[in-house]
Amino acid sequence: MPIQLPPLPYARDALAPHISAETIDYHYGKHHQAYVTNLNNLIKGTELESATLEHIVRNSTGPVFNNAAQVWNHTFYWEGLKPGGGGEPTGRLAEAIKSAFGSFQAFVEAFTKAAIGTFGSGWAWLVEREDGSLAIVTTSNAATPLTGIDRPLLTCDVWEHAYYIDYRNARPAYVEAFWKLVSWDAVTARMSPR
Amino acid sequence: MKSRLLACFLLLAPMLATAEAPFSLPPLPYAANALEPWIDAETMNIHHGRHHKAYVDNLNAQVANFPELAGMSLEAMQAAMSKFNVAVRNNGGGHYNHDLFWQVMAPAGKGGEPSAALTAAIERRFGSLEAMKTEMNRAAAGQFGSGWAWLIVGADGELAITATANQDNPLMDVVPVRGAPVLGVDVWEHAYYLKYQNRRGAYLDAWWNVVNWAEVSRRYETATAGLKAAKAR
Repeated sequence: MPIQLPPLPYARDALAPHISAETIDYHYGKHHQAYVTNLNNLIKGTELESATLEHIVRNSTGPVFNNAAQVWNHTFYWEGLKPGGGGEPTGRLAEAIKSAFGSFQAFVEAFTKAAIGTFGSGWAWLVEREDGSLAIVTTSNAATPLTGIDRPLLTCDVWEHAYYIDYRNARPAYVEAFWKLVSWDAVTARMSPR
Repeated sequence: MKSRLLACFLLLAPMLATAEAPFSLPPLPYAANALEPWIDAETMNIHHGRHHKAYVDNLNAQVANFPELAGMSLEAMQAAMSKFNVAVRNNGGGHYNHDLFWQVMAPAGKGGEPSAALTAAIERRFGSLEAMKTEMNRAAAGQFGSGWAWLIVGADGELAITATANQDNPLMDVVPVRGAPVLGVDVWEHAYYLKYQNRRGAYLDAWWNVVNWAEVSRRYETATAGLKAAKAR
């Protein structure tokens, strides 16, 4: 069974005006799809052909890793957003954020700074450490916390293709819009079971 | 007293401005729409006026940390990059790379042809101009994420193709393959996304229509002359 492109969890125009339907058409329909297609071509006839996506990400390098990790990262990105998202988390996620960053506002500022400061193509992440504390990390290109021990909770794609149609070079404006789409329910559900 | 202070300030202000901002955004060597239809005016305006300008501004901001930058040529800065921080690497590289990029392009039909010496070097190394373009396109398409593909003169005096990540370039003393760049193509998505979106290959095919072969030939001849002079010393 080849790796599949998961369905987008909302309509292509559902994130507008923050992320346009045109951006989704390219980002999901072309970029995400191309990573899936390239990955399937690369693993065909190899021992990874029947492996899970997570196994491939954790056990590959070079072009196989780049495409597999980008498939995983993008699915994780889409599933962390929703139409009408944003606002502030509640419950144990809110507590963990307050404990790690002092306040929700301080967390947003630190994450935004990390996302804006990631030079070139990459991703900003909120992760849960092994001890249950939260932290912000950034990765370049396809690199992903999935290969380490941190548990990813939320990601913001800062490849230029994520925002160039809607925001041109203004990455800060895109990150500001990103906060209006975050699905805090999805992020909370990704936390380790207590 | 007030007027003397003001006079002092007026005298010093231009010097302070110079001391604080040794790097400036060079004007485009042609109109923003001159590379149409291959590269659109909106892309050129944003690429030059915002992206390149940001590299220049951010590089100037690093002069406070590294005053020696103010007296350095861009080329000498790249070759000494290991002495500086990541902000100088990213922004000093970004300034050099974009400055070169604008110069190695010309409106379609105005870029001339490779000189006899450059043609001979291309045929010696790649077999043909078409084969060189194919190899450079492959390097540019294969540069995962943001970066550049380059045609360089290596230490052996011969041409080679290489690629660098982000705003690194082959002059830097921190990259694995070094040489003198004679041609470079920007494959950051900002270089092509408004017109070509995800189709980097289509952008690369179009880009060859606006290469300034006169400038590339001049750079080739400068690089090889520099190597010969160094050998003679």
